[in-house]
Amino acid sequence: MSMRDAIARFVHDGDTVVIEGFTHLISFAAGHEIIRQRRRDLTLCRLTPDLIYDQMIAAGCARKLVFSWAGNPGAGSLHAFRRAVERPPRDTSARRARAPAAPLEIEEYSHFGMVARFAAGAARLPFWPLRDYAATDLPVANPRIAAVTCPYTGERLATVPALNPDVTIIHAQRADPDGDTQMWGLLGVQKEAAFASRHVVVVVEELVDEAVIRADPNRTVVPGFIVDAVVVEPWGAHPSYAQGYYDRDNAFYVAWEGISRDPARLTDYLDTQVYGVPDRAAYLRLTPGLEDRLRAGRRMCAGVNYGY
Amino acid sequence: MATDATAGARGGTPRPAATAATGATGATGATGATIAPREYSPSEMMVVTAARELRDGEVVFVGIGLPNLACNLARATHAPRLVLIYESGAVGAVPDRLPVSIGDPSLVTGARMVAAMADVFQYILQNGRIEVGFLGAAQIDRWGNINTTVVGPYDAPSVRLPGSGGAAEIATHARRTIVVSKLSRRAFPEAVDFVTSPGHAYHGVRRAAPSLPGGGPLKVITDRGVLEPDPATGELVLTALYPGIAAADVARDVGWPLRWPTPLPTVDPPPAEHIRLLRERLDPDHLFLKG
Repeated sequence: MSMRDAIARFVHDGDTVVIEGFTHLISFAAGHEIIRQRRRDLTLCRLTPDLIYDQMIAAGCARKLVFSWAGNPGAGSLHAFRRAVERPPRDTSARRARAPAAPLEIEEYSHFGMVARFAAGAARLPFWPLRDYAATDLPVANPRIAAVTCPYTGERLATVPALNPDVTIIHAQRADPDGDTQMWGLLGVQKEAAFASRHVVVVVEELVDEAVIRADPNRTVVPGFIVDAVVVEPWGAHPSYAQGYYDRDNAFYVAWEGISRDPARLTDYLDTQVYGVPDRAAYLRLTPGLEDRLRAGRRMCAGVNYGY
Repeated sequence: MATDATAGARGGTPRPAATAATGATGATGATGATIAPREYSPSEMMVVTAARELRDGEVVFVGIGLPNLACNLARATHAPRLVLIYESGAVGAVPDRLPVSIGDPSLVTGARMVAAMADVFQYILQNGRIEVGFLGAAQIDRWGNINTTVVGPYDAPSVRLPGSGGAAEIATHARRTIVVSKLSRRAFPEAVDFVTSPGHAYHGVRRAAPSLPGGGPLKVITDRGVLEPDPATGELVLTALYPGIAAADVARDVGWPLRWPTPLPTVDPPPAEHIRLLRERLDPDHLFLKG
């Protein structure tokens, strides 16, 4: 299925949408297509909103953000996000200089809390217990962080509610036509997010034959029977990365600090790199030499014997 | 040696129990000549001091920036069997370049294990397997409470910071949490604007198991000296100074009446070899060692 068709079919205004991938395997291609199709009032959930949700917030797609760490990893801030939530004191020059931003509702956890929300969602339980948040202000800021008394020990444990998105979009190295999806490198919460979701869209670097999957079944993270659509989109994670395919574009992450800080530059970025191209292939053609600069070196692993 | 710096506590401050940061020959091992203060930067001194906290074979939850440099410096010198775990899931990582982010692909290549994040937080951190956790802090207060969430009120912040990430659970579960933060009045207030990660007392109540099984922030490594919690009260007190620094230089940038024992030990200056490693191998582009 093309990315355009997958987004048109599985992402609707008002949906709760997850594009997961912890630094690794973030489907920027899907985020850009959602922006191009001008989806509105989305509840966007991710541990780390990363540049992709900063872009979607700037483009007006988001009504609410559910997250646990909202920075630009290793490089600075997410300024579209900050403009939407910061409220400088009245009557300061900083306030006057600030571009008006649509209000953004936030719901905030820690990483463990978000992981636990996906785990509960994937197991179709209403909540997940964790030993966390004692003596912190997080439950004050977010009343959905609650507590339960253990029926066996009497211990008070924090709880977080299940997260069951309308759609989860994950990027991976490869899948077969049935959607059996294999990935390696950092795995984040892809598996939990996929199983928690009503619909699952998998975006892959390569479509492979079923026999390739069956030759190495331990590497399959998401089975085809929970996958609604497979989109083949080489370099679809850039400026994030795909282990064994291409490196993270750290230079772009660093550049985002300046782009996102300036609303005019951010608008220009969206106009040229997102609205100005029809698809990912055209996006890649905007930056000649990108593939040569970031293509991964070889570090092959030995195979294993699955015989009996 | 720091363990002799006992009595005469100003204002009756008891000496904190853990004092490994100030070893005269200490954790660094025999690594040659040390150098004068003008030949290294405050950031480099922070990294070297943090590295000395780590013992060979320990399991360390690593953050990006100065903590990552400290862990890799320790691994390159006195602690070759240090197990580096990143919240992204890399276990036993051996990065051959400076990772810009906590999810850098170089953390995976050659690692002992790549764990899903659900396993990292449940089976490694909540399981009690992390000996040392490193945290940065936009603010840290008198009781070791850490804020990385907001400056100002939560609903209308003047500065929105990234939030917890894994910090709340690291400060909850790691046996020792080490905080690395530069001194300033803004960064060391009497009380933080928001408690993201638990310290030693919250609204007057001391931390205790089972809800807080870890040791909390047992060392706060600054650019001028080291603070540790008073075991009796949990209040952060000054326990060691860097060469050429006076206690008053620390106290003026701390938002509470800072206390310290006398005599106050001085941390050894960094060995020249460690500074060379940092500059030439670990952070050759000075990405994190600017100041």
